[in-house]
Amino acid sequence: MAIPRFWREIPSRYNLIGTKCGSCGKVDFPPREICPDCGRKSLGKMHSFRLSGKGSLVTFAVVHDAPAQLEMQKPYVVGIFEMDEGVRLTSQLISVEPGDVKIGMRVQAVFRKLGQQGEAGVIHYGYKFRPSL
Amino acid sequence: MKVGIVSYGGYIPRYRITPKDIGAVWGSDGEAMGRALNIRSKSIPAPDEDVITISVEAARAAMAKVEIDPTDIGAIYVGSESHPYAVKPTATVVAEAIGAAPVLTAADFEFACKAGTAAIQTCMGLTLSKMYRYGLAIGADTSQGAPGDALEYSASAGGAAIVIGTEGVVADIDHTISYTTDTPDFWRREGQRYPSHGGRFTGEPAYFKHVLSCAQLLFKRAGTKPEDYDYAVFHQPNGKFPVRAGKQLGFKEGQLDKGLLVRDIGNTYSGAILLGLAAILDVADPGDRIFAVGYGSGAGSDGFDITVTEEIRRLKRAGPSIQDMIQDAKFVDYATYAKFRGKIHLGEAAA
Amino acid sequence: MRDVAIIGVGETPFGELWERSFRDLGIEAGLKAIQDAKIGSDDIDAVYIGNMSAGKFIDQEHVAALVADYAGLADRHLPTVRVEGGGACGALALFQARLAIASGMYDIVVVGGAEKMTDVGDVQAAEILAGTADQEWESVFGATFAGLYAMMARRHMHEYGTRREHLAAVAVKNHKNGSLNPNAQFQREITMETVLQAPWVAEPLGLFDCAPLSDGAAAVVLCAMERARSFTDAPIRILGSGQASDFLALHDRRSLTAMDATTEAGARALKQAKLAPKDVQVAEVHDNFTITEILAIEDLGFVEKGKGGPATLDGVTALNGKVSVNPSGGLKARGQPVGATGVAQAVEIVRQLRGEAGKRQVVGAKHGLTHTLGGTGATAVVHIFGRAD
Repeated sequence: MAIPRFWREIPSRYNLIGTKCGSCGKVDFPPREICPDCGRKSLGKMHSFRLSGKGSLVTFAVVHDAPAQLEMQKPYVVGIFEMDEGVRLTSQLISVEPGDVKIGMRVQAVFRKLGQQGEAGVIHYGYKFRPSL
Repeated sequence: MKVGIVSYGGYIPRYRITPKDIGAVWGSDGEAMGRALNIRSKSIPAPDEDVITISVEAARAAMAKVEIDPTDIGAIYVGSESHPYAVKPTATVVAEAIGAAPVLTAADFEFACKAGTAAIQTCMGLTLSKMYRYGLAIGADTSQGAPGDALEYSASAGGAAIVIGTEGVVADIDHTISYTTDTPDFWRREGQRYPSHGGRFTGEPAYFKHVLSCAQLLFKRAGTKPEDYDYAVFHQPNGKFPVRAGKQLGFKEGQLDKGLLVRDIGNTYSGAILLGLAAILDVADPGDRIFAVGYGSGAGSDGFDITVTEEIRRLKRAGPSIQDMIQDAKFVDYATYAKFRGKIHLGEAAA
Repeated sequence: MRDVAIIGVGETPFGELWERSFRDLGIEAGLKAIQDAKIGSDDIDAVYIGNMSAGKFIDQEHVAALVADYAGLADRHLPTVRVEGGGACGALALFQARLAIASGMYDIVVVGGAEKMTDVGDVQAAEILAGTADQEWESVFGATFAGLYAMMARRHMHEYGTRREHLAAVAVKNHKNGSLNPNAQFQREITMETVLQAPWVAEPLGLFDCAPLSDGAAAVVLCAMERARSFTDAPIRILGSGQASDFLALHDRRSLTAMDATTEAGARALKQAKLAPKDVQVAEVHDNFTITEILAIEDLGFVEKGKGGPATLDGVTALNGKVSVNPSGGLKARGQPVGATGVAQAVEIVRQLRGEAGKRQVVGAKHGLTHTLGGTGATAVVHIFGRAD
């Protein structure tokens, strides 16, 4: 990934910063300029909002054919998580055996390496999830 | 004015390997090695973990225990000998990840296994002098031993973060003193994958000379004797050195027990003494006294005389304790360990 | 808005075509379609090309001009444009071309779709396909394209009790159909067992739940209905077209087990055609994964939501079943050179409606439907065709 492209997303990737609509209260992640529900009413009213990182697993898959960056980790679990604030995210579910993963399980966000631009390149970090402790 | 520990947090990766499984690959009696080193298992970082992720998790664990505005942290220092970058600090990622950025100073430290304690001393100076309200000192490592070398049995991964300040102190650091010389017992040249060491030279002239000298200086400075302390924790490159050092100084095994983590997680290098201290703080009571002497090859020791305060009861026990993390273990075989640690050379992926 | 018909079709075989370049494939399909339509180059008013990612697969952008050039049309200075919308680009190109003729701007437009996917390695090809998902918030986090569809499959299993056998039934059916299609990438039948025992790609999807990487091209010639009969006795009219979009990231969608874009696009097309799902006898739907066909037949209204699996297993969508789905073999067996898909689906429907589908002819086919998706369902296009008489 290109350097500025990743650097720009650090607040959201490190700290789960999204937005909350000042009009209807809906939380979006990543941040949005305009609320999908409120449309124009929400312009200028989208406030920075930090997710707690706590949520539940909605669905998952165990990836065997991995992209080059994730060769070391396959098979790995990818999931869609519903945060307690209502918004959903996609990332990996770690620290659990694929056979023990259950839809509905409670999860919390953790900080991990997402990849790197080669052995000499920049390392990218972001959120993954693990079963709630 | 008192300065000391305001909060603390640790992180230990889940994966483990036993000395037996390491020895089996190299034709050595791994179990015997384990007994000789007093190590039952060591921790291994997952492929998506490194000193940066460990430092962030430890720092977040520390912040979760207290109500501190992260922007009041004026300085962050991370000590390690396995920073992911040779140039580009770990400390800046931690700063962003705990919300302390951008108004703060930061840097990475190196002094083998005592880089974390050096960071503590620096933060003590900065906060006592009122330059900053709080400082964050982290020691973390994912160090490696060369395959087949004795160090392979002990070199492990983990880290801890200590918030230093003068307000809301849960453990006063009443005295700190250091002993530093130019002693080449263990080193790694720039560009080399694995460290080198002087074999038996790492014992008497290195670890023991500095730890014992520093300890004696600390007793003198504090006007104390071993019996005055409830806990003692030393740098722990294996399970034998700290026990021997403690004995030589007059401590009883019971005083070392809670801080001696190396038996289960190996030597976490810059993280070792800080994690040992964190494990003690998890169980310490107000009024308890702690004697802590770290050691870094090259060589030097930083010693601390610590007294736990009433404030420790106010810490939010959010998240797992150090013992919980030690118990949350997943054992793997040597092949998996070698894969995770990059000891198997992967070619450039074909397009 | 004028009526528009298809007066000619053409396609290359689909597969790993090492000897053929992108240009070779585009030209072959185009020339076949032009010959089938019995038009000359002077008759062509414009060229629309559907192509997803020539820029990444072969480092070549600007492919519409390229194809027109190598088809011998360069000095006619025709309007040419490439249309992109993930995997739906061929169907989108068809949609755009139809609009252009319907508006009166053009009379005859050649629509082609082409993709050359095997000049890069498998891993890279998969990463390129993942570019149609949300790069920043899905792909970067390790959600592969198959992983995203696998998550839909898992949720469908969770909500409706769908099992792997149901998914496998799609693959078995489509390979059976493919064995009757001389242009298909795979022309062998496979058994349920083979599908169920195949290595995992992203559980619960295995190797045979996933369409292959393919090279290939297809083309159709569109003509204003009022002129169509001067070229052919069997013009096939576009009765209705619908196109719809949705949130790009799967996790933002209203449902993980239904594609609202399909439902909307299908409803719009059917409304325009003044038909109901039961009036459709043959359909080419987007089966990039087995689960996708199950979702499609539910969301298009052929079967009730949740029943797509059992319906397939019971033969409802078999060749000459209640509605023949993917008689060509679908993306699964016929192959999926991404840009070509939407156009190839139209080619198959036209052949079916003309009665030219040989061993895989759907008997009594009066109305046919194509369904094409982009990404994990952020774009859907549905076209409905019928004989002009």
